[in-house]
Amino acid sequence: MSIRIENLTIHESARLLEGKKISSVELCKAYLERAKNLEPKVKAFLKLNEEEILSQAQASDRRRAESKKLSPYDGIPVAVKDNITVKGQTCTCASKILQKVVSPYDATVIRKLKGKGFVLFGRTNMDEFAMGSSCENSAYQKTANPWNVGCVPGGSSGGSAASVAAGEVTAALGSDTGGSIRQPASLCGVVGFKPTYGRISRYGLIAFASSLDQIGPITRDVEDAAILTDVMYGRDSKDATSLPDTNEKFSEGLDSLKDLKGIKIGLPKECFEIEGLDTGVRKSMEKSIEVFKSLGAEMVQVSLPHSKYAVATYYVIATAEASANLARFDGIRYGNRVKADSLLETYLETRGAGFGDEVKRRIILGTFVLSSGYYDAYYTKGQKVRTLIRRDFQEAYKKCDVILTPVSPTTAFKFGEKSDPLQMYLADIFTISTNLAGNCGISVPADIHANGLPVGLQLVGPDMGEKQLLRISHIFEKNRAIKEFIPGI
Amino acid sequence: MAKYDVIIGLEVHVQVRTNTKMFCSCPNKFGQEPNSMVCPVCMGFPGVMPYPNREAIRRTVMAGLMCSCEIAKFSKFDRKSYFYPDMPKNYQISQYDLPLCGKGKVHVCGKGFSGQEISDKLIGITRIHLEEDVGKLNHFAGYSGIDFNRAGVPLMEIVSEPEMNTADEAYAYLTALKQIMQYADISDCDMEKGQMRCDVNISLKLAGVKEFGTKVEIKNLNSFRSAHRSIEHEIVRQAEVLDNGGKIFQETRGWTDERGETYILRSKESAHDYRYFPEPDLLPMTFTDADIAAIKKELPELPEQKRERFVATLGLTPYDAQVLTLDKTLSDYFDEGAKQAKSPKILANWIITELLRELNDRHIPFEKNPIPVSHLVELVELVSGGTITGKSAKEVFSEMFAGGKAPKQIVTEKGLVQISDDSEIEKFVVMAIEQNPLQVKQYKEGKTTVLQFFVGQVMKLSKGKANPQIVNRLLKEKLDKI
Repeated sequence: MSIRIENLTIHESARLLEGKKISSVELCKAYLERAKNLEPKVKAFLKLNEEEILSQAQASDRRRAESKKLSPYDGIPVAVKDNITVKGQTCTCASKILQKVVSPYDATVIRKLKGKGFVLFGRTNMDEFAMGSSCENSAYQKTANPWNVGCVPGGSSGGSAASVAAGEVTAALGSDTGGSIRQPASLCGVVGFKPTYGRISRYGLIAFASSLDQIGPITRDVEDAAILTDVMYGRDSKDATSLPDTNEKFSEGLDSLKDLKGIKIGLPKECFEIEGLDTGVRKSMEKSIEVFKSLGAEMVQVSLPHSKYAVATYYVIATAEASANLARFDGIRYGNRVKADSLLETYLETRGAGFGDEVKRRIILGTFVLSSGYYDAYYTKGQKVRTLIRRDFQEAYKKCDVILTPVSPTTAFKFGEKSDPLQMYLADIFTISTNLAGNCGISVPADIHANGLPVGLQLVGPDMGEKQLLRISHIFEKNRAIKEFIPGI
Repeated sequence: MAKYDVIIGLEVHVQVRTNTKMFCSCPNKFGQEPNSMVCPVCMGFPGVMPYPNREAIRRTVMAGLMCSCEIAKFSKFDRKSYFYPDMPKNYQISQYDLPLCGKGKVHVCGKGFSGQEISDKLIGITRIHLEEDVGKLNHFAGYSGIDFNRAGVPLMEIVSEPEMNTADEAYAYLTALKQIMQYADISDCDMEKGQMRCDVNISLKLAGVKEFGTKVEIKNLNSFRSAHRSIEHEIVRQAEVLDNGGKIFQETRGWTDERGETYILRSKESAHDYRYFPEPDLLPMTFTDADIAAIKKELPELPEQKRERFVATLGLTPYDAQVLTLDKTLSDYFDEGAKQAKSPKILANWIITELLRELNDRHIPFEKNPIPVSHLVELVELVSGGTITGKSAKEVFSEMFAGGKAPKQIVTEKGLVQISDDSEIEKFVVMAIEQNPLQVKQYKEGKTTVLQFFVGQVMKLSKGKANPQIVNRLLKEKLDKI
């Protein structure tokens, strides 16, 4: 049989490996070969070390030969966003300031993936310190959208989304602070899942905004997202904010729903009234709503009245936390230090040279909102609005099981198109509320736009509502008009 | 009456004794090779997260309870931001508006550093919060090094109300705090190891005036002595400025022990804006009444309670009780001995007049005291039971101090058992009378105080072993008969 590697999922690979139809080395070589051809155009990877990958694959094949496989997924490659630490590897956050800094430890998610035998397949590009929605803020390279290389892949997990969309790897890890998993997944026609805040340990995720950050999978389908979540989630003694174990297995019983009878899907009226919502995206949403209806779901109107403040609230809270989180990058203990005459000059020169413009903008903004005299007007107010946004969701879930919105107001945009930072910030208008509220959200490819680019829809579940959310996403995926989302790259 | 009232408040940092650091599992140990007790977490490496040390939190609550503080039902950590190389993350995890412990008080009494008696007083505690210590900078010729072993060590900050008025009171307050921390095993408070550090806030105002003057902060005082000296110095300095019509500016000052002076570190204008905000990597802490009650149950006796008990049930004077409770080890020593001794009061005398004096003369800390308390009790019993004389006892004590032997053994070896046999003592009495006719004459002329001279002679002849009561009686009998 011939294997279409560009469309291979984790669960299919597991069957192929189990049936000895393919080895991990063959699988990884096929991806490396494809990446070799496509990377000059896509530039999804910051680092792709063939030797490191193949030695992991060989070890996996040996384990399987000795019947010592670590899990059904032993030998399947997963790419890692460059803000998650892997012992012995650099972890740059696509920033110059961490250019050569080697991580002395594994992130908890990496420890868990290694424990199941996954092959760590390169490091993916991102917006510097996950600040951005296009990957254009990377200090190293601009990743292209595999559907149209003149367009951005979205961000900040743009490299992860592009690598999976381009079929350069089976799946990837991303991180989502305001939509950084879901938005690039939508723009690249892949699945992006942000579990409930605290579900997956953040230990080893280089923090952007600690109260919003969440690691999650970017995959080819919902089942793969469930599989990776199963591997990664759970209480971690190294992350005091991680949620208790619930012993759920999200990848099991995914297709237990035969239809959506009795399921209520909430449509927040505010989301569909937004200025700047592309007509084609709106049409795709309407088509998707028809799919849900045909499955027997009841569509109910809900209201998230404070969501209009979400972007503003986010840029107060996220930047405040970022200003402290990024303070440690000073060249004193690690990283490049620019030599200067005084301590203050050393800080200024090192950080001035090491950080890009967007990062500096956000550090300044965050420092400002925490300053005495401004704190109450910005930070305290922001926290209050955050509580209101959270309550909006709690109210909405009294009326529905999940909430449906677009992921992004538009399809992938062109490089340089959003040169105004505020325009760029609005690209996350539908995803940011979920981070502020802390609940779970998923981006599932829904349609192809008239411009030939994929359109994703977002389903948002309540706190800890992953199981139902994934099942509903899964049945949608099986019943949407377009079955496969494969770019013609 | 003094021209100015002095207002003093103290901020005291105390390292909490735990096995591991506040937010990681590195050992909390002093005096190790630089940067040998570090990990990615306490070094602030990219991606790490803090995980709180429950024991440090428990001990801080305990410290609060020992100082009669209100314990917070809801508390949280905050980030305090400023850039300095000793701080790995360039923010310190501390507590801002919801500290673990709220208002409380500490009882001060006894003597100040100057040796002057101070009157009993309650000093208010504003708050006690928990934070992480920072690293230590070491300056060498042309460069500086940073030792992060201390970074992340749990550190309590105890803030007092501005309720002290003299350097002696501040000294007594520090002593009381140290006592409390040691009693509850919260910290060793060894200032030489930086386990206890002190900042002083001090202002002067015209006597009787209500409004406080401008306060000056003296930072990083690392001994009780420098705290005391810096306050004395600052009082004089500020008074001089005010006397000359000058103005005190709100500023932070340092202290040099060598010159015995404070000097300006930074003015208010250059004060930090710490930009506190809630630490998003840690969950808020909640305490139920049951949680607090459980910690309360484990509280040891407070020094103050101990003093009262020593006076009320063991018959000590307030002064003795004060001296014996100054140090936890000492008070435990006495407490243990008091259980065995027939008269705790006599034991207390021995400890205070002999043992402490001896230790003090030789600069030996009480922990290294060579005499087990059971030996000291034995010695006291030997005296009060009449086995040896008080004079011999001193000799035995010296021997005990030097060699660690049990007193009974020493008494036997040296043949110091008291002579209480009339006929034997009579021989010495007769000898003394025969050898001193002049004094006999004086006695007969009515100068009865000469009797003491004869007692001395008899004791000398008996090598201090004769029972003094019998000596007295026999001497009187013999002399009166002459």
